[in-house]
Amino acid sequence: MKTKQQVLKSYLINAIALVLLYLVLLYAIQTGTITRYLRGIVMTIFINIILATSLNLTTGFLGQIAIGHAGFMSIGAYTAALFVKYIESTGVVLLANGDPTPQGQLFFLISLVLGGLLAAVFGLLVGIPALRLKGDYLAIITLGFGEIIRSLIENLSFTGGAQGLTKIPRLSTLEVVYIITILCVMVMYTFVRSRHGRAITAIREDDIASEAAGVHNTYYRVMAFTVAAFFAGIAGGIYAQYLAVLGASNFNFNKSIDILVMVVLGGMGSLTGSIVAAVVLTALPEALRFIPNFSDYRMLIYSIVLIIVMIFKPSGLLGRYEFSLTRLLDKAAALVKGRKAQGTEEGGAGK
Amino acid sequence: MDLTVFIRQLVNGIQVGSIYALVALGYTMVYGIVKLINFAHGDFIMVGGYVAVFTIPFLAQYGMPTWLCIFAAVAVCCVIGVLTEKIAYKPLRGAPSLSVLITAIAVSLCLQNLALIFFSSAPRPMSSVFDLPPLVLGEIQFSGVSIITILLSVCLMVALQLFIKNTRMGKAMRAVSEDGQAAVLMGISTNRTISLTFAIGSGLAAVAAVMYCSAYPQVQPYMGSMLGLKAFIAAVLGGIGSIPGAMLGGILIGLVENMTRHFNSQLADVVVFSILIIVLLVKPTGIMGKNVGEKV
Amino acid sequence: MSETPVMKAEHLGITFGGLHAVNDFNMEMYPGELVGLIGPNGAGKTTVFNLLTGVYQPTEGNFYLGGKSMLGKKPHEMVKEGIARTFQNIRLFKDLTVLDNVKVAFNQSMRYSVLGGILRLPGYWKEEAEIDRKAREILSVFHMENEVDQKAQNLPYGRQRKLEIARAIATGARILLLDEPAAGMNPTETAELMEAISTIRTRFGVSILLIEHDMSLVMSICERIIVVNYGQIIAAGTPYEVANNPEVIGAYLGRDE
Repeated sequence: MKTKQQVLKSYLINAIALVLLYLVLLYAIQTGTITRYLRGIVMTIFINIILATSLNLTTGFLGQIAIGHAGFMSIGAYTAALFVKYIESTGVVLLANGDPTPQGQLFFLISLVLGGLLAAVFGLLVGIPALRLKGDYLAIITLGFGEIIRSLIENLSFTGGAQGLTKIPRLSTLEVVYIITILCVMVMYTFVRSRHGRAITAIREDDIASEAAGVHNTYYRVMAFTVAAFFAGIAGGIYAQYLAVLGASNFNFNKSIDILVMVVLGGMGSLTGSIVAAVVLTALPEALRFIPNFSDYRMLIYSIVLIIVMIFKPSGLLGRYEFSLTRLLDKAAALVKGRKAQGTEEGGAGK
Repeated sequence: MDLTVFIRQLVNGIQVGSIYALVALGYTMVYGIVKLINFAHGDFIMVGGYVAVFTIPFLAQYGMPTWLCIFAAVAVCCVIGVLTEKIAYKPLRGAPSLSVLITAIAVSLCLQNLALIFFSSAPRPMSSVFDLPPLVLGEIQFSGVSIITILLSVCLMVALQLFIKNTRMGKAMRAVSEDGQAAVLMGISTNRTISLTFAIGSGLAAVAAVMYCSAYPQVQPYMGSMLGLKAFIAAVLGGIGSIPGAMLGGILIGLVENMTRHFNSQLADVVVFSILIIVLLVKPTGIMGKNVGEKV
Repeated sequence: MSETPVMKAEHLGITFGGLHAVNDFNMEMYPGELVGLIGPNGAGKTTVFNLLTGVYQPTEGNFYLGGKSMLGKKPHEMVKEGIARTFQNIRLFKDLTVLDNVKVAFNQSMRYSVLGGILRLPGYWKEEAEIDRKAREILSVFHMENEVDQKAQNLPYGRQRKLEIARAIATGARILLLDEPAAGMNPTETAELMEAISTIRTRFGVSILLIEHDMSLVMSICERIIVVNYGQIIAAGTPYEVANNPEVIGAYLGRDE
């Protein structure tokens, strides 16, 4: 095991990097480098990062396929949206000149937690029947769940029915969402590296052996699934308060597939892989807009890519490899040291 | 509801239910033999639907009876089913079920989006396949389509059951589903048996497609997903891996759905889905399934 | 013997669709004992293991750990009660490191909460450091302390078997059930294994019930041997007694009618 000092050192390195990135973001916003269009893309990237990393908990670390992630996202989105709309209706000023007021910021955070919690409750309800069993029932149950949620949203009156929900206060700002995204990813990262995460990966590797080693399989399966649903709910809450309008079609089957593709391409079991894939797969379609009808072909391309990846690299492109800044810096340092001490035979080994 | 309405709903329920049963058979047979939930199975229905839509005008032009489109649909679906297995699933035989499942979802997505690109998302109307007079029993009228759907489904299911119980190929299928490796040692070609299973399953889906489109005369790229999902629920309810179970499950789901729809159309899907959850909680092996635990 | 048994099975039996896979199985195990369970293929040895670890629920009889009935317990609950096993066909967490394979087994005795793990509160550091030390200690008994960071699937066969035993010990079990630990091992590996088994007995004070086909191994290390055939105990006693029991010889070699 790494010593506590080494771990603290890597915390520090990553913290510095994240603060630097934050400053760059702030600078870009203040100088107006980030246009409205760019703002939308960056916001979508953040949301997709949370969605992809959280689905990776179920698919990569627990080894189960869930294709109703958009369903959990929609629960978070509608909960958060209805909550802030209600708060606004009581007369609290959430927005001033289009920017959230301090109360607005506060209620934004509360709405996300509420959305996450309700999504987690649904995760629990769906997960318990599906995850008690061996086999592939989770896939079909989550698929059905996603469809049911969508049809309920379309038919219930408080979700705005087919017209959708409009005039949701636009409380999300890039700066705050950046921090939330980092917090979410950090929590998931430490979660999978705790004893709970270890038990979950053990179930993925061999569920009979994990049980024989004293792991309560159903408990941990449901735990992983519920945590994933929680974060999908948070992502949904941000999404609602960025778009300001919600409709059932925002959360269809294709949305769930979008997220699954990110997880698979990024590598099942690699959180950093999911982040990279979320960035690339959000930015790439925008960059490829110049190709006529590209959006029509996007899902077809995704499906073919999925089949090819599954045949040739079943664990996803990055597999379970995690990118580590600390390791990179160590390697760089070793390289520099090696150059300086050219006379010696070996450069320092980076571990 | 009065008796005539009840009986009409009952027949409608059995009609839809027999379509579910035909589709559920495909899920169950494929699951039994390769332990794979073939997500693309629902989309084979969509393929069958489009084939029917395009062959009917052609048949009419040459003065042939339009119901011959069933054969075209069956032929195309068999080919697509077997090709899907050969291209996408076969390379993954023995791979973790996660990879196979993702592939199955991807195949489903691929078929849907191909249909979307070729035929657009607008529903295509389908002209009538069967030109049959309704059957009148006292006060109650049964549409010809209902009668023929139920009769045809029952015949196909009985035929399938006889095929599996009595023929050489049927025995081979049962052997492979019991123990694939042992079957190979007995000189059974697993590849051929699996192809046959996919062919039969897809063929049944094609028949279901034509029957479904006769009842609800339009075709669109996503029509297979909800239909497939319900048929899958039917397969689980009946006991996945069991052929009589698939029939029973299909008809039960059709009845429940129709009866609920009569009272509240929005609730029907929710109720059907709740059945899945309840079955998985109470009796995950379904009504007629047998308990197979993994050997330790 | 005056000591109280750590484990006791009374008339244990299970029926699969009319077939008595195990019938009227009685045995006691005392602290630190090493007992062999032998019998021809298909005699029901592994079924006995599955009954004793909660994989199957017995249809008849009862069994006790430390005087407490274990009926209705699930496999992971059995581990908590102090009984752990290995498998005939090795079951490891292949893609995890050797160290993590062992650490998983400590999970049920660890206390820090989900939140404690996420926020890395003091409990996390303390417990993780402790199991890290314990896991390495157990692995060193098997001379695997230099392979801790390897993936389990990259270990040679014999070491994979040992890792499985190490993992079972890490659960804190008082009784170990080893299902054919020497299967597929070459003579050197078997010799190493025998040494390891006797070390863990003295070192961790566990009782061991062992299924094995390698008779030289069984005869040389077991204090007591139970022979089953057709799901029933046909003989029990010291290796010498069992080896000279005509029933046992008949079961293995067939007998004249």
